[in-house]
Amino acid sequence: MTVVWTPVCRFADLLAERGVAALIGDAQVAVFRLHDDRLRAIGNRDPVSGAHVLSRGVVGSRGDRAVVASPMHKQAYDLDTGECLDADARVPVFPIRVRGGVVEVGTA
Amino acid sequence: MRLVVVGNGMVGQRLIEALAARDTDGRWSVTVLAEEHRRAYDRVRLSAYFEGATAEDLTLAPAGVPSGTDIRLGEPVLAVDRAARVVRTAAGSYPYDALVLATGSFPFVPPAPGRDARGCFVYRTLDDLEALREYANGRSDGIVVGGGLLGLEAANALRLLGLRTSVVEFAPHLMPMQLDPAGGAMLRRRIEELDIAVHTGTGVTAIATDGDRLRVDTAGELALEADLVVFAAGVRPRDDLARTAGLAVAERGGILVDSSLRTNDPAVFAIGECAAVEGRCYGLVAPGYAMADVVVDRLLGGAAAFGGADTSTKLKLLGVDVASFGRTAGALDVVYADPANGLYAKLALTDDAGTLLGGILVGDATAYGALRAAVGGPVPGKLADFLSAGAPDVALPGHAQVCSCNNVTKDAVLAAIGDGCGDVPAVKACTRAGTTCGSCVPLLKSLLAEAGVAQSTALCEHFAYTRQELFDLVRVRGIRTFSALVAGYGTGRGCDICKPTVASILASLGNGHILDGEQAALQDTNDHFLANIQRDGTYSVVPRIPGGEITPERLIVIGEVARDFGLYTKITGGQRIDLLGARVEQLPDIWRRLVAAGFESGHAYGKALRTVKSCVGSTWCRYGVQDSVGLAVALELRYRGLRAPHKIKSAVSGCARECAEARSKDFGIIATEQGWNLYLGGNGGFRPRHADLFLSDVDTDTLVRTVDRFLMYYIRTADRLQRTAAWIEGLDGGLDHLRAVIVDDRLGLCADLDAAMARHVAAHTDEWRDVLEDPVKLRRFVSFVNAPSTPDPSISVGRERGQPVPLRLPAVRR
Ligand SMILES: Cc1cc2nc3c(=O)[nH]c(=O)nc-3n(C[C@H](O)[C@H](O)[C@H](O)COP(=O)(O)OP(=O)(O)OC[C@H]3O[C@@H](n4cnc5c(N)ncnc54)[C@H](O)[C@@H]3O)c2cc1C
Repeated sequence: MTVVWTPVCRFADLLAERGVAALIGDAQVAVFRLHDDRLRAIGNRDPVSGAHVLSRGVVGSRGDRAVVASPMHKQAYDLDTGECLDADARVPVFPIRVRGGVVEVGTA
Repeated sequence: MRLVVVGNGMVGQRLIEALAARDTDGRWSVTVLAEEHRRAYDRVRLSAYFEGATAEDLTLAPAGVPSGTDIRLGEPVLAVDRAARVVRTAAGSYPYDALVLATGSFPFVPPAPGRDARGCFVYRTLDDLEALREYANGRSDGIVVGGGLLGLEAANALRLLGLRTSVVEFAPHLMPMQLDPAGGAMLRRRIEELDIAVHTGTGVTAIATDGDRLRVDTAGELALEADLVVFAAGVRPRDDLARTAGLAVAERGGILVDSSLRTNDPAVFAIGECAAVEGRCYGLVAPGYAMADVVVDRLLGGAAAFGGADTSTKLKLLGVDVASFGRTAGALDVVYADPANGLYAKLALTDDAGTLLGGILVGDATAYGALRAAVGGPVPGKLADFLSAGAPDVALPGHAQVCSCNNVTKDAVLAAIGDGCGDVPAVKACTRAGTTCGSCVPLLKSLLAEAGVAQSTALCEHFAYTRQELFDLVRVRGIRTFSALVAGYGTGRGCDICKPTVASILASLGNGHILDGEQAALQDTNDHFLANIQRDGTYSVVPRIPGGEITPERLIVIGEVARDFGLYTKITGGQRIDLLGARVEQLPDIWRRLVAAGFESGHAYGKALRTVKSCVGSTWCRYGVQDSVGLAVALELRYRGLRAPHKIKSAVSGCARECAEARSKDFGIIATEQGWNLYLGGNGGFRPRHADLFLSDVDTDTLVRTVDRFLMYYIRTADRLQRTAAWIEGLDGGLDHLRAVIVDDRLGLCADLDAAMARHVAAHTDEWRDVLEDPVKLRRFVSFVNAPSTPDPSISVGRERGQPVPLRLPAVRR
């Protein structure tokens, strides 16, 4: 399968340790810039509440994993694997890169 | 075999529990005959009743009756027929093979004429306290006869009931049984500072009724007047049943028993306060428990004996620590007195200063544990360290008694910790230490800490500090960013607990707009979008309506905005209007309209001041005595935007009818003819609590100054998400401590707190107006970074009772 890269914003538009939501086709993606400028993208839908809000959670760490806490009920999601650390749930993970100062998210 | 126990007080209860635990093959069937109508309760903590504890809270038998035990409440024993081995009550006769008398004491009331007049009370049972509370309602002053331990507890109770209180003590100084004259004098100073009048060296000679009032004459010049009198002048053993049964009693009263707790009839035992063991009575619970354990052993064929008891005491009376242990006078007494700080300490030593015999501590009893354990040996450290405030770091020896109520040693506590007890409740359950008076709980905590069991007060995995410690770090070191704080004092990159906490601390200390720079990333979603997230991911908008007062024009604007943006509207409990269902990208447009009409942020999204409710007050109401709306508006504007450990609510009522429900608020104000009454520490919610009266009849300036300090002190010292009620309860000394800090300025903090509030008031700007004027912040209010004005397609709206409502989202869980 080939990955399709969609530009979503400029890297400079992103705030460290904060997310934004992007709309790619029908998919809602939560895009995060970490404190050391690495980027991560996961599904924006909070599987516990069903609301599309993960991009609005607080970003931080649990042990040595980078996580975002759902703003709804605070479950933490591993930004590398999409695994929920506090409930039996998982969100999709998307490839993400920067090309010429522009952030691109990969979808299949 | 049949055991009959007379009395279901603290010691009688201990007996049946210990027997049930040890009599595993059921040798004894037990009948308990009890005069009181309730199961045994914690008499030591009786006064907690006036701090809100209920009879259930005080019960000693939460789990019910041990099996094989028959308890008959409200059925006092009237006679003992020793020849027939039967006890009689009004309802019947109970044969026994062994009889245990655990009848306790009765309150001593001096033989003054008029002592049983209406308005005279004693202080021994829950029924006594209930009657006292009922009678005190609506009355203004009371006299306590007795300035010992019990009398001072009763004085505190009267104070909590809102009565002006005086204490009359026969001895020349307070607490004559425990303290020497100098210690008593120090205690007196501290107590007089609480506006309690103290009269020593005089006894009550007569009480006369004058209408609804009582006149109390004393041996001296003094004649006092009050609404009620409480006798708390000591106790006498209840030995009448034993006397009429022909059992031996001690010279000064008490059922005479030997060290096996047997009376002169080998089938009859006496334990607790009613017993005179080898002629000596004990008015404390710990010796009583030891007696109960001895009798259980004897009943099961053992040979245990009562070897006397430690009558050391450590208490907090009216917020003052008082302790005495061992002998309070020796060949050599070393004394430290610091009247300015209300501290007094005395150590009694042998003449070569080599051996500690006992001592007295007033004002600060931290050294009590270490010192009491050292009695009989050398002073464990430098003498001077013990005498000045605080306890030096010394290790307690293993045999040192940690809990005197239940006779638990340090070794026993350490063994329990070794067996896996990881916190105070576990240690309590396992050893019984700390389950009676609770004064050793701090010691249990430090033993846990010493044993390396972390009593985590850490905020989260990223900071090993409490919120208060972080607040002080940030304030004292002048730290201005989370990154600097976590790099210097924490680990990792933070989480949804510590980041908003630090954001709140930074905001409380005045670091500009909450969305400036790195702070924006710390806020949870509500603060980040200055609105409250709802179940479908939309937000609610709540403009400030100070005091609930609003013009028709502004009401119309709110209606128009709601209509134009398709929002659901609802009146809140805080006298304002909630607009629900706003999408992120709509928020700036909605606020542009609201700000243009003169509205500003209501901070409904923040851990901050919410509203100051009010009734219409003297402006309109024919009962109102002050302008409650005016004050409410002024207070809401003064404290708007103030970030705190939790939300803060307030209300102002214009008269005593209290239509604004001020007593359910963190700070509530009720108008009086003379000014204002201030109540602190109330809340509704999960555990409703009424606020306590803090100031009466003060003018507006005093009121505002006090609220300023209250809020700032709360912000500096409370835990994360701790409302003011829990915070006050957790302060060592509670409301008295708060008064000492923010009224009497004992810690010298007031100028600092005042300045901090002045900075807050001066720095106020409207958070929403600031966002609208700042393109950088405004850019964050978009639905999608690559499609800024496309609404989230997953949000769908239905209608209910003529308004838009969210359609339920399909949640997939598990
Ligand atoms: C306000 C207050 C504060 C106190 N603070 C402390 C403290 O800080 N530390 C401390 O160590 N101690 C304290 N004490 C003392 C402590 O409460 C007593 O030492 C303890 O309760 C004694 O237990 P007891 O079982 O001997 O007596 P009680 O607890 O008084 O129980 C005796 C019971 O026997 C019943 N009874 C009497 N006669 C009969 C009869 N003929 N038939 C049936 N039942 C009968 C009584 O009704 C009563 O219920 C305090 C006491 C009070 C009142």
